[in-house]
Amino acid sequence: MTDLTKLTIAGARDAMRKGDTTSAEITDACLNAIEGAGALGAFVHHTPEIAADQAKAADVRIKAGDAPAMCGIPLGIKDLFCTKGVPSQAASRILEGFKPEYESTVTTQLFDAGAVMLGKLNMDEFAMGSSNETSVYGNAVNPWRRGNDDAALTPGGSSGGSASAVAADLCLAATGTDTGGSIRQPAAFVGITGLKPTYGRVSRWGIVAFASSLDQAGPMTKDVRDAAIMLGAMCGHDPKDSTSADLPVPDFEAALTGDIKGKTIGIPKEYRMDGMPEEIEKLWADGTAMLKDAGAKIVDISLPHTKYALPAYYVIAPAEASSNLARYDGVRFGHRAKLAQGDGITEMYEKTRAEGFGAEVQRRVMVGTYVLSAGFYDAYYNRARKVRALIKRDFDQVFADGVDAILTPATPSAAFGLGEMANADPIQMYLNDVFTVTVNLAGLPGIAVPTGVDKQGLPLGLQLIGRPWEEAELLKVAYSLEQSAGFVAKPAKWW
Amino acid sequence: MSIDTETARRVAKLARIKVEDEALPALAQEFSAILGFIEQLNEVDVDGIEPMTSVTPQRLKRRVDEVTDGSQPEAVLKNAPDAREGFFAVPKVVE
Repeated sequence: MTDLTKLTIAGARDAMRKGDTTSAEITDACLNAIEGAGALGAFVHHTPEIAADQAKAADVRIKAGDAPAMCGIPLGIKDLFCTKGVPSQAASRILEGFKPEYESTVTTQLFDAGAVMLGKLNMDEFAMGSSNETSVYGNAVNPWRRGNDDAALTPGGSSGGSASAVAADLCLAATGTDTGGSIRQPAAFVGITGLKPTYGRVSRWGIVAFASSLDQAGPMTKDVRDAAIMLGAMCGHDPKDSTSADLPVPDFEAALTGDIKGKTIGIPKEYRMDGMPEEIEKLWADGTAMLKDAGAKIVDISLPHTKYALPAYYVIAPAEASSNLARYDGVRFGHRAKLAQGDGITEMYEKTRAEGFGAEVQRRVMVGTYVLSAGFYDAYYNRARKVRALIKRDFDQVFADGVDAILTPATPSAAFGLGEMANADPIQMYLNDVFTVTVNLAGLPGIAVPTGVDKQGLPLGLQLIGRPWEEAELLKVAYSLEQSAGFVAKPAKWW
Repeated sequence: MSIDTETARRVAKLARIKVEDEALPALAQEFSAILGFIEQLNEVDVDGIEPMTSVTPQRLKRRVDEVTDGSQPEAVLKNAPDAREGFFAVPKVVE
């Protein structure tokens, strides 16, 4: 077989089961592709020995005939996941040299299912960013370019390395994490599928924490079917994460019937932003028409507190981050600053954190510290938590009114150039998450599906938002949208 | 709301991040911009609304209060920048 790296998870699974290829062959092909793709900055720690061993073991299981769907599938793992004995540094200098003595629940489950780890993937530092430009490893680069212009574009963030690697066929799929849009925005920027599950569906244990009430891991894949397959292997109850839901895991792939007749799809008027590019408007209208043609009922809905989602997020996420990142003190793991004569423990903390954290992380930790400080806690943090309750109530109401899923754009624009936002104020970058962040605040499942390209040939995606715990129904609608859109474009190889 | 240099200094201290004096004015300006953005939240009527504590209405699971793990000092200390004789080592804390 040729082009083994271009296989989907489903395609590889079927080919391996038939004996047309082996995990060892696909893994080798991916390792070769990674070798030649240094310019993308996607893989930051390579684990070819682990991959070879896992592939060999997977081939034995497949031959024995009862291997699960993920068996033998070569994956990239976001650097945010703790992987035993393999550097896991959340793209931060402060975790330089950190090799966990334990394995995250998600990677444990994937490896138990037979998946193969090719290496660790680039990301924004501590998942704080929308362009993968805050990484200690340097930028990850989007495999797509604007027409013949060779300017380097962002693959989005924070899961920028995951997005770049999957779009460039360096791996069959990748893990991502999403706190405000970090799976869905990069997926949309590179023309792949990215799913953020319901909060609590996937265990957070062993994933470096950013904002614990918002963080959720999910699959980043070449299509909707693969998202369904990989989600099934990632989720499930974990006693080690107290917020992990003790609910049965349905067969997500079985939900992909293509039949969405009678489904009600809501179109929220508040997502029609001032100054929204015409191409995004058209993409959204086209997607709406596709779902209508497939037999869904389209209704206009209102989510009145949408406008306040970003400001609420930029209180809650930094507040939680400032608390979570307090553990990086130079004592137990990672970087410790060189101390001067007479420096005490306070100087050790302050110098270590100043050297170890990049500018954006420092900014968010300090904003979080401020909104939680005495005298401001009520005015900022508690108010934001009340607004969050209202945002969730907006969604509860439309779901109670019979809406099955909500269709919105995934991002306010196509991928922008690396460095283009360097002089913008931080708020400009934060606006990237305007369509995705509501979903995290309300704890809902959301999926980005590529449905078109812009004038310059860059991919654009739409987002579907589902009811809590109904990823199967959400995937069903997403699959129908994917089938109608027929997005097959791939970036031309330049790397 | 505008953040002055002194407030920026105080916040950096609370966060235990060393910020040089010359960097404080720019930092204060960034904080002001971000807090200005956040201040939109004051437009929302939140009377009678409970602050969200959990996004899913589930009760946290409980378990028996017993030791489930431990006795792994080597693994625990493995990543420490400075570990001696089974302890994390830090600069002198008490004179």
